Amino acid sequence: MNAVLADLWPYLVLILVGYLPNEIWRVLGLVLARGLNEDSEIVVWSRAVAIALLAGVIAKLILFANGALTTVPLSVRVGAAVLGFVAFVLLKRSVFAGVLAGEAALLIGGYLFSH
Amino acid sequence: MSEPLASASPEIEPSSTGTFFAGVRSALTSVFFLVLAGTYIGMGALAHDFGFPSWWLALSSMLVWAAPAQVILISALGTGASLFEAGLAVSLSAIRLFPMVVALLPLLRGPGTRLRDLLLPTHFTSVSMWVESLRLLPGMPPARRIAFCNGLSVGYMGTAVTFGFVGYYLAAGLPVLLAATLLFLTPMSFLISTANNARMMVDRLAFALGLVLGPSLAYFAVGLDLMWTGLIGGTLAYLVHRFREAAQ
Repeated sequence: MNAVLADLWPYLVLILVGYLPNEIWRVLGLVLARGLNEDSEIVVWSRAVAIALLAGVIAKLILFANGALTTVPLSVRVGAAVLGFVAFVLLKRSVFAGVLAGEAALLIGGYLFSH
Repeated sequence: MSEPLASASPEIEPSSTGTFFAGVRSALTSVFFLVLAGTYIGMGALAHDFGFPSWWLALSSMLVWAAPAQVILISALGTGASLFEAGLAVSLSAIRLFPMVVALLPLLRGPGTRLRDLLLPTHFTSVSMWVESLRLLPGMPPARRIAFCNGLSVGYMGTAVTFGFVGYYLAAGLPVLLAATLLFLTPMSFLISTANNARMMVDRLAFALGLVLGPSLAYFAVGLDLMWTGLIGGTLAYLVHRFREAAQ
């Protein structure tokens, strides 16, 4: 029985800390779907919180890399992210160009400097 | 609240099955198809890297159905955060879904709409589906909107699940440097697309603060670092925004 539980555990975790805490906000929207617009103060604040949190996760993924990405030096990872961002700003805010430039920089930098 | 018949776009099929597939088709030919494919290839690589089963990722795409929450969930659990912290961070990232559902439902709700008809569109609400629904639904007869919206969402979700598997198995089979490049796709694409979506000053400030606070709090091993990154960064940005508005 313990083996079965061990196999099911990741899925239980997914429902408990992935599905439920996420879905609650959609359900609240369905239940309380009146009189809230995009510019209300609580919406502006909650969006700012979500953006800051996501930005924190992005920076952590780049700085404290895991697995295969650890073979690429920190300076190359940060350099590639900065280069991608600069390309995005310079090339008419093209998301595609920015991501492509960052990925190319990581591939080339990784090829030259990987350990 | 009846819509003039003339506003119906000609390519919409009369039956609800036809309308559903018109939605699927619309999803597969929109710009979000490429965005989702790229995002979920990266997510697949990330899930593989942190040792999650591929079906776990597929299920998370269907149940959570919000790319930022999924990245937060995978990286939090993968780096050994407590379940409480992971759930808290996911929930903080998901508050934005609330006003999105609130804005979407009036477009779908007609005189004869039952609550259960709204359950699927509510679950399907995410950035890609929401942007496209708000753009396309107003030009459509109200009776067909829910079927179209569900088709659109199934198209997007199918894309996400499929390319999640693609990224997962690519990461498993590729040489190390290429696997690293694939893994880099998640932070890189989220970095650029979040910057792109942050058009207001308050959003940009929150973004910059999060980039600095996230790694700093983690480096100094502050407990619940993800939650504090969101709350401190977001609230500071919001306060600056309020002070600037008050000063004008």
